[in-house]
Amino acid sequence: MEAFFLQQLINGLTLGAVYGLIAIGYTMVYGIIGMINFAHGEVYMISAYLCAIGLALLSYFGIHSFPLLIFGTLIFTIVVTGVYGWTIERIAYRPLRNSTRLAPLISAIGMSLILQNYAQISQGPNQQGIPTLLTGVLRFEVGDGVVQITWTKVFILAAALAGMALLTWIIQYTRLGRICRATQQDRKMASILGINTDRVISLVFVIGAAMAGLAGVLVTMNYGTFDFYAGFIIGIKAFTAAVLGGIGSLPGAMLGGLLLGIAEAQFAGMVNSDYKDVFSFALLVVILIFRPQGLLGRPLVTKV
Amino acid sequence: MSLKLLKLPLQVVIAGCLSTALSAQADVKVGVAGPFTGPNATYGAQYWKGASQAVADINAAGGIKGEKIVLVQGDDACEPKQAVAVANRLVDESKVSAVVGHFCSSSTMPASEVYDEAGVLTITPGSTNPKITERDMKGMFRMCGRDDQQGTVAANYMLDVLKAKKIVVIHDKDTYGQGLADATKAALEKRGTKEVLYEGLSRGEKDFNALVTKIGSLKPDVVYFGGCHPEAGPLVRQMREQGVQAKFFSGDCIVTQEMVTAAGGPQYTNGVLMTFGNDPRTLAAGKSVIEKFRAGGFEPEGYTLYAYASIQAIAAAYNGAGKDNEKASEWLKSHSVDTVMGKKAWDGKGDLKVSDYVVYKWDDKGKYHQL
Repeated sequence: MEAFFLQQLINGLTLGAVYGLIAIGYTMVYGIIGMINFAHGEVYMISAYLCAIGLALLSYFGIHSFPLLIFGTLIFTIVVTGVYGWTIERIAYRPLRNSTRLAPLISAIGMSLILQNYAQISQGPNQQGIPTLLTGVLRFEVGDGVVQITWTKVFILAAALAGMALLTWIIQYTRLGRICRATQQDRKMASILGINTDRVISLVFVIGAAMAGLAGVLVTMNYGTFDFYAGFIIGIKAFTAAVLGGIGSLPGAMLGGLLLGIAEAQFAGMVNSDYKDVFSFALLVVILIFRPQGLLGRPLVTKV
Repeated sequence: MSLKLLKLPLQVVIAGCLSTALSAQADVKVGVAGPFTGPNATYGAQYWKGASQAVADINAAGGIKGEKIVLVQGDDACEPKQAVAVANRLVDESKVSAVVGHFCSSSTMPASEVYDEAGVLTITPGSTNPKITERDMKGMFRMCGRDDQQGTVAANYMLDVLKAKKIVVIHDKDTYGQGLADATKAALEKRGTKEVLYEGLSRGEKDFNALVTKIGSLKPDVVYFGGCHPEAGPLVRQMREQGVQAKFFSGDCIVTQEMVTAAGGPQYTNGVLMTFGNDPRTLAAGKSVIEKFRAGGFEPEGYTLYAYASIQAIAAAYNGAGKDNEKASEWLKSHSVDTVMGKKAWDGKGDLKVSDYVVYKWDDKGKYHQL
């Protein structure tokens, strides 16, 4: 029984780490301009394609060792996905910066449809896949059972934690992070103090996209398959994770992601996988009733 | 990438020119409806290739009493709502007299209501849900078997050949997938075997690890899955990754090379079992047609020849009874048609009189073979 529980915990953690990485994109954008970037799931989907393209390019140039291959692919995917993030903001959101709050939301939904169809037309509607990069399994005896974790999942957990730690360090301790936080707290004041807020907003989109790019590489490595529709469900789950953890809060997104992943896995394992989504959304409702700002979100203060 | 970008608009333009040029004459319009986009688009491509080749061959041989057949494409993306919209467009705008489609049973069900109301002759090459022909629709036919037949073949194989004691039944909560899983479950129960686990997963997801751990803890002999390859692939891969050695058994919605891509390689699909109609490529009737496909660089796998045969059936009915759909339906129910898949005949409900489900196995090279 302990082995079963532990195994589901590992399943949940790997799933949750990915939710968390994507949730960062939702939460940072919301924190800084108060809009929900519904095209973010599609950015993740694009990054899965970029990962496959990167791998193909590298092996074409004769690089076959795993560390080099994965390192090169990560850099390539994160950089190009970042460019996508920047471009999306520049085309779809910046022109609407001072319009009503709903305009960029609709623009985001449109962007999401455009990206989906762009991937479908340019890459074909078929399932795409990459070969298995990392094989091997770690097994532990726990109580009366065996708990096992593939090296790919170990890599996912390590890379996701490293990505989150790096981002937290940037936001907390660097000049760049201070600028971001200042803009988040008060955009007008920040710009009066000489911060180019448009550039900061672009930067936030790039960071969010880069995290989605990291998630894209990790997920593609793990499941080996993706299609142009891959961003939809995972995008919704990541958005849920961001709300659960408190939208606008960086540690909240990570915590929300992990919590959602673990809740889904444990419920599917112990009760029924038919209703695991019902359970996670019920959990969300309960948490929002008692903490409307989410787990780690700051409460809304009405300024008088 | 750039090539593909170029090719698609070009095809659309050419198809557009052709259809406007030809629609001026009196011709027989036939809709081909199925998933041309979306996760199941590979089956739509099979339909289109099969139907187009059939039309080319029939038109070259003189058409239907001198009238040419013209195809109209309708994309439902395997979504029920879009299927109804497409059905309405085919009926009202394109004014088709017959339809070959759809693919997903959940699309065929609502779309066929539209066709029935408009009196359009409908043959589905691949929808296997039993309910489709149980609704007293005069013009509804299928070229394939039914899931209750498929489920019985699967259940008998699991019990008689695999000697399975513990069977897990998983489905994808879709009309087709759950219908097939239920049919198999019922066939198992009829023979006194109760499954040890019956659960659903969500279409569109890729992570089934939690479910796989649960399956593994039950130590089953066989895992039966009612669903399609986008979910079947990751499911079998995650089973193997977690060391679950149970046999993987599924139905006629994993009959595509994409199953191997979705699973991440032939090492994962090795040994996967599935039920599908007797491989039409092994029959003498279709030899010359199959060679035509191969000469064009397309392997007529899965439902390609089913779509070809559906067009042949429509042409035969119109040749035999004229373009009146009511008479054509009656003609189909009282005559047999020589198709690329052999002689086919239909009963009063529109089901094939003889269903020919057999078991296939995937090998370690990523190909499937009839057992």
